[in-house]
Amino acid sequence: MAGIAYPFDSASLLRKKKALRRELSAQSGLVEKRIAILGGSTTDEVADMLELFLLMRGIQPRFYQSAYNQYFSECMQPEPALRDFKPELVYLHTSSVNIQAYPAITASEADVRTLFEQQMAHFSAAWQGIRTHFNCPVIQNNFEQPWERALGNLDGSDFRGKSRFVARLNDAFADASQKIPGLTILDIHYLSARIGLDRWFNPRQWHLYKYAMDSEAIVELAWQLSAVMAGICGLSKKCLVLDLDNTLWGGVIGDDGVDGIAIGTGSAEAEAYSELQRYLRELKHRGILLAVCSKNDEANARAGFLHPDSILQQDDFSAFFANWDNKPDNLLKIADTLGIGIDSLVFLDDNPAERELVRQQLPTVTVPDIGSDITDYIRRLDRAALFETTNLSAEDLLRSQQYQQNAERHLQQNHFADYQDFLRSLDMRAIIERFQPSQLERICQLTNKTNQFNLTTRRMTLPELQHIAASKAYITLAGQLRDRFGDNGLVSVVIGKIIGSNLDIELWLMSCRVLKRGLEAAMLDVLCRQASAQDITTLTGFYIRSDRNSMVVNLYRELGFSLIAETSQGSTWQLALTPATHTLQHCIHIGNG
Amino acid sequence: MNRQAILIAVQDIIRDILDNPSLVVTEDMQAHDVDNWDSLAHISIITSIEKHFQKRFSISEIDSFDTVGTIINTLEKKLA
Repeated sequence: MAGIAYPFDSASLLRKKKALRRELSAQSGLVEKRIAILGGSTTDEVADMLELFLLMRGIQPRFYQSAYNQYFSECMQPEPALRDFKPELVYLHTSSVNIQAYPAITASEADVRTLFEQQMAHFSAAWQGIRTHFNCPVIQNNFEQPWERALGNLDGSDFRGKSRFVARLNDAFADASQKIPGLTILDIHYLSARIGLDRWFNPRQWHLYKYAMDSEAIVELAWQLSAVMAGICGLSKKCLVLDLDNTLWGGVIGDDGVDGIAIGTGSAEAEAYSELQRYLRELKHRGILLAVCSKNDEANARAGFLHPDSILQQDDFSAFFANWDNKPDNLLKIADTLGIGIDSLVFLDDNPAERELVRQQLPTVTVPDIGSDITDYIRRLDRAALFETTNLSAEDLLRSQQYQQNAERHLQQNHFADYQDFLRSLDMRAIIERFQPSQLERICQLTNKTNQFNLTTRRMTLPELQHIAASKAYITLAGQLRDRFGDNGLVSVVIGKIIGSNLDIELWLMSCRVLKRGLEAAMLDVLCRQASAQDITTLTGFYIRSDRNSMVVNLYRELGFSLIAETSQGSTWQLALTPATHTLQHCIHIGNG
Repeated sequence: MNRQAILIAVQDIIRDILDNPSLVVTEDMQAHDVDNWDSLAHISIITSIEKHFQKRFSISEIDSFDTVGTIINTLEKKLA
């Protein structure tokens, strides 16, 4: 399906979109999402392209589209059809054509300020309306620069200039998104600049069809939008797997030796490779794991990072596989070592044959077409938009360290014949306590992206979690796990709703990075104690089947619960709490925060 | 390019966009004669024809298209 990812063949996308949709919808394992597109211009083409790209990213969207330019009234007083639709995500497709008034040339500074405040009040009201009616995440376009400037170059500096006005609004949108939970900005200001305003705005398509941007620009917009939506749904990629020779440096280390490879400042080529290494290091710093997958002798491969000009160092990599095995096998090992899904890997290789092999053997691995010229790699990888997140949590910034520790644990494990001995050797300590306000952001992130160890896969918004955390009708637990290799951070969440003497376990999830460590038993241990303290005599657990959570289909059985009911959608389990109730053994010392 | 060749290329485009590979397109055909030829499909058809022939229609030309034949008339002039 070439041309359906960056760089786009927009002509063939436009022509073949129905056939492509048919093909892509046939995939299994798609996550359904109800998405409302509320537009200030025509949205049909946006929805069509967005559907293709979401399908590629594992999401089957169901759309509601507002009538033409009805975004504001839909936010303030939603149509009954929108209310019934119950959107899980709202996208406000507005742009500079929706700026209600620009400053007049006779305006005073006070007039411009008033105009600015009116414009902000308009959008703030829209966001508030969505929160009141639907309480779901909102994606909001900012504004592209105006396509004409009667003031010429002065337009960007004079306080009455349109470009100046747009820049102020964009700044205020950015601020709002940092303050309002669940509000994410789709940066069409950047996107239109990247494409070029002349390609972005097409006056013909505006006057004829009320397209706020050219149909080719809609392709780019929908691609970025799909990436942000995937991020919100927890489907962004986690790990970038890198080839070495002619990918991270120029030349072949086994032949040319460490002094012979191109990296650093010796040549234009060397500088270009350094630029790529710098970009990759930035990705690592923001929480994307890096791994090596190279056909090389390990000693040679590692020597490349001893080059005095190498920006990346060996310890930047959470996994390092340099050997002569085929690459798909190594990719499977990398995913296993790091405890992440194959579908969260991105594979970067200059060799088209290796890329094709991985595409064929591991179709869920993302393989960007980076071309074969080092000066294209950064752009192609960046434009693929694989790592979108709506915010950067403290966890993100520590992630690569944590996974590296995990890889060390993995190695350790092989030294123990008995798994329990291994677990005891980890010297694990957990803090398991009621949700603290400072943890809610991380808890929200986990509820929205954990798929495998997740009994009910209930997604929650921050306001919902705030409500639950403050309510006496719920028992909540957040589990943090530390061991001798380091701190895993907050990795498990339980929400139980008290109904008389029964506790319904509405949510139970755990990050896959701490699988098979006994933390589930420790969580249950604490849950039983807290429930007993509140005179609860029965725990009721639910397993709701999803495409990805078969891992926990028997969890409640393993933990001693009895099966109460079972359907094709899932099962219900109960555990009676008596003084004689024993929970499963584990090797985790439970302390207080 | 003769009229028949233009019609065949236009037919290919319309078949792709409507995802209807056996559709027979005639010069007197109008959008409302054909299933799924709605306003969005119409925009895609016009835009794809422009891209395919690397010619641009003016607003008034696009407004005047009421049959496949009128599109072909305009294309024929531009390609001459």
